[in-house]
Amino acid sequence: MILEHAGNAEARTLAGWRKLGGYASVEKALKGMTPEQVGEEVKKAGLRGRGGAGFPAGLKWSFLDRKSDKPRYLVCNADESEPGTFKDRYLMEHLPHLLVEGMIVSSFALGAKTSYIYIRGEYMYLLRLLEKAIGEAYAAGYLGNDILGSGYSLDLHVHPGGGAYICGEETALLESLEGKRGNPRIKPPFPASQGLYGCPTVVNNVETIATVPHVLRMGGEAYAAIGVGKSTGTKLISASGHIKRPGVYEIELGKVSCEEFLLSDAFCGGPKNGRPIKAVIPGGSSVPVLPLALFLKTAKGEARMMSYESLADGGFVSGTSLGSGGFFAMDESACMVRNLWNLTRFYHHESCGQCSPCREGTGWMEKVLHRLEAGQGRLSDIDLLVDIAKKIEGNTICPLGDAAAWPVASHIRHFRHEFEYHVKYPEKVKDPRHGEREPVAMPK
Amino acid sequence: MPELRFSPAALAEVKRLLAHYPADRKKSALLPVLHLAQNELGPHLSVPLMDYVAGLLEITPIEVYEVASFYTMFNTRPVGRFKLEPCRTGPCALNGAEDLIAYLEKKLGIRDGETTADGLFTLKSTECLGSCGSAPVMQIGEDYHENLTFAEVDRLLENLKQRAGR
Amino acid sequence: MPKVTIDGQTTEVAPGTTILAAARQIGGALVPPAMCYYSKLKGSGGKCRTCLVKVAAQSAANPNPMPKLVASCSTPVADGMVVANLTSPEVLETRKAIVEFLLINHPLDCPVCDQAGECDLQNLSYAHGLQRTRYEFERRTFEKIDIGDRIQLHMTRCIMCFRCVYTADQVAKHRVHGVLGRGDAAEIGTYIQNALDSDFIGNVIDVCPVGALTDKTARFASRVWFLKPMDAHRACTKCSGKVALWVKGNEVIRVTGRRGAYGEVEEFICNECRFDRKELGDWVVEGPRRIESTSVISANHYTDLKQLHIVTQKHLEARRLAGAGPEGSRPRGPHEGGQADPAALISG
Repeated sequence: MILEHAGNAEARTLAGWRKLGGYASVEKALKGMTPEQVGEEVKKAGLRGRGGAGFPAGLKWSFLDRKSDKPRYLVCNADESEPGTFKDRYLMEHLPHLLVEGMIVSSFALGAKTSYIYIRGEYMYLLRLLEKAIGEAYAAGYLGNDILGSGYSLDLHVHPGGGAYICGEETALLESLEGKRGNPRIKPPFPASQGLYGCPTVVNNVETIATVPHVLRMGGEAYAAIGVGKSTGTKLISASGHIKRPGVYEIELGKVSCEEFLLSDAFCGGPKNGRPIKAVIPGGSSVPVLPLALFLKTAKGEARMMSYESLADGGFVSGTSLGSGGFFAMDESACMVRNLWNLTRFYHHESCGQCSPCREGTGWMEKVLHRLEAGQGRLSDIDLLVDIAKKIEGNTICPLGDAAAWPVASHIRHFRHEFEYHVKYPEKVKDPRHGEREPVAMPK
Repeated sequence: MPELRFSPAALAEVKRLLAHYPADRKKSALLPVLHLAQNELGPHLSVPLMDYVAGLLEITPIEVYEVASFYTMFNTRPVGRFKLEPCRTGPCALNGAEDLIAYLEKKLGIRDGETTADGLFTLKSTECLGSCGSAPVMQIGEDYHENLTFAEVDRLLENLKQRAGR
Repeated sequence: MPKVTIDGQTTEVAPGTTILAAARQIGGALVPPAMCYYSKLKGSGGKCRTCLVKVAAQSAANPNPMPKLVASCSTPVADGMVVANLTSPEVLETRKAIVEFLLINHPLDCPVCDQAGECDLQNLSYAHGLQRTRYEFERRTFEKIDIGDRIQLHMTRCIMCFRCVYTADQVAKHRVHGVLGRGDAAEIGTYIQNALDSDFIGNVIDVCPVGALTDKTARFASRVWFLKPMDAHRACTKCSGKVALWVKGNEVIRVTGRRGAYGEVEEFICNECRFDRKELGDWVVEGPRRIESTSVISANHYTDLKQLHIVTQKHLEARRLAGAGPEGSRPRGPHEGGQADPAALISG
């Protein structure tokens, strides 16, 4: 659905996009619907935020303080930085007008007169591409004053980040948009009442916004009929790692089994080097890693599906999370200790430094992991790591602390034997590629 | 030293950027203007350059220093003419990023984070670039170079050298 | 007016009051410690996480607990809210963890730190810390820098409370220092060689919970527990002129704001009062400042300076009659034999 015209060069220009049915949702909403009706359709659609938290978008919109006499803002979160996630980049590159269209109808629904797309600075070439699309939309009367004679006016701007994962957190993003350091704000107050410039603000992910035109096109109820249960609609999955066919796939939520997604040639196509897959991180680096067996089947023995609920089955003990849909698989050559060290280095590097557990804890974990990885650790280091992670989790200003803690907890929970191996056989693990020669066996 | 001033084109761009934000929120333009300053008068943000940006946006210099030192894309220290930024995170590391970085270190004769003696290249491995499906990947300036092989890296570096007239 | 119950004690507070403020209203041991929050500085709080508490019931209307511990300094109360601080093992366990996080990169150079004896981190670790460290790596260090001729920044000790940044913005109204870098490499600094020199900037010393910002004009002059704090005032055109003088004999060693409840100064004072009025004659001395009996500053167990003065006079008279050495000569301590002079213990 979302990716229907991805790859079609025509979709990149306004004229081509219109030929493909683009901007119909703008006509429909601005000419024939009230903002409340648009919001109602999104609610009916059961559309959940596609950035990672999965919070219902319609509900989030309904929290917006509409009684305030201050201006209201919609900000699109295009700061895609969660390791393993590259679907927003793909979407913006191939379908820039879909995002612009989504911004117009969503801004209309929220009563925003000015909206922003906050895009990570590394995607500067996409910023230029989006600005071009926005320019075309102004010229065609889809943006600016009195859009299509509806009386509704909107300005849309793109704002670059400067290289900081933390700006994907919505309040850090707003700080950054205000020209400040990307320090997440202390909540409450929430953006819905005091967001950008202290005004009521909604922040939505690129994919969420790009879905809104489809919801309007088909109607909320029809959209909700796609997918299974509370996992309505489709989801973009970025697939990478040790698989044959990396790329961005659109799946109908709950209809594709994890086994099919991993092994079928319609999706990942199975392992790329002939070595069996050993572990999967299905929702971006922050979500718990699962050993292959638990990824394919829940602890109850049911086939696991690609949906919010099924991936979460078993909680964080035997389940994981769909997260941002940043899917990456590791075959048995991968060293889970090294993988965890790598990811922990990332969170340490990206911690803003505001609150003590994250500022001090992420660096501490990285140092302990580095020591373990190099074969210089002790068995007690493993429990030390679990303990530090536990003390970061839930105690920080923003979710980066949790995002740093979950991989540590899950790597050790499911692959403790590899950590112990590093302590027992320091000579063997001196070579970071020890797994390629001699995979560490899973305990029976 | 030439006077630190934006070209008329860049000044027009600053004006365009400022129009994106409420009139009393000039500071909002800080990140885009710092990118502009680094591109036009860089490749690094010297103190006089940051002070110049502070003046343009009517904010204090410390507000610029605080921001520039927070974001990794801003070079607060001198860098080479070309900054090579291979991704080192998770999925890229599974698919050859470590080899790529080691190859670049060997080829350029520098360690990660250093600049070649001729001032041409700075090697700075970076965190996830959002290109995990086409690993290993390296950003140079605004360009992404994906699915890199050693041969491709050789060719890239040769091109950059030629562009610099070396 | 909303009612809130903290560790079993119920109080009524104005709407919008935070849990911490409500706890302070009740007072006593149930008040959560705060390392970054400062009631007089807007925007402060929420960062250090030492004041995390458990909300066992969100309100009368919603008796469910909050899923995570919350920062009491920045979470408003709701009517019927039930909060657990000391009564929650989870809170105490977490607080211990926070202290550990704050200490892993702290130099623990208390023996040579001017803040020792009045340091919030020292007190916090004493009350909540572990007695050993699990951190085995090199600690983060920074070079000491002078930010002006009267304030020293020893970043290695900093716990990133951000109070000095808010003080520069809100009290001094002129900020040349700030937070640079990020993560555990973030530091307080001026970026370029720069002096903090606005009229009220000296207050950054008073708000600093640790020894990261110290008064150079009083540097290494004396351990704080050897000084007598006196309330004093003078006619000042810039501030209220109400200060605490820290004296040794007749010498004014340093001048600070009057630190009162929860370590906060009652009023911010100007640089002139703080740095340039170091003669006793500059001031009208009101009397000794009350020091909490638990403070190390009262470690020599005096409660009333006046009374002590009488003892001293008596003692000196006795010594004169006994034909002891001239007044002001150094008396012998107990370990040297002879009787200790209480005045010496206090004025050093």
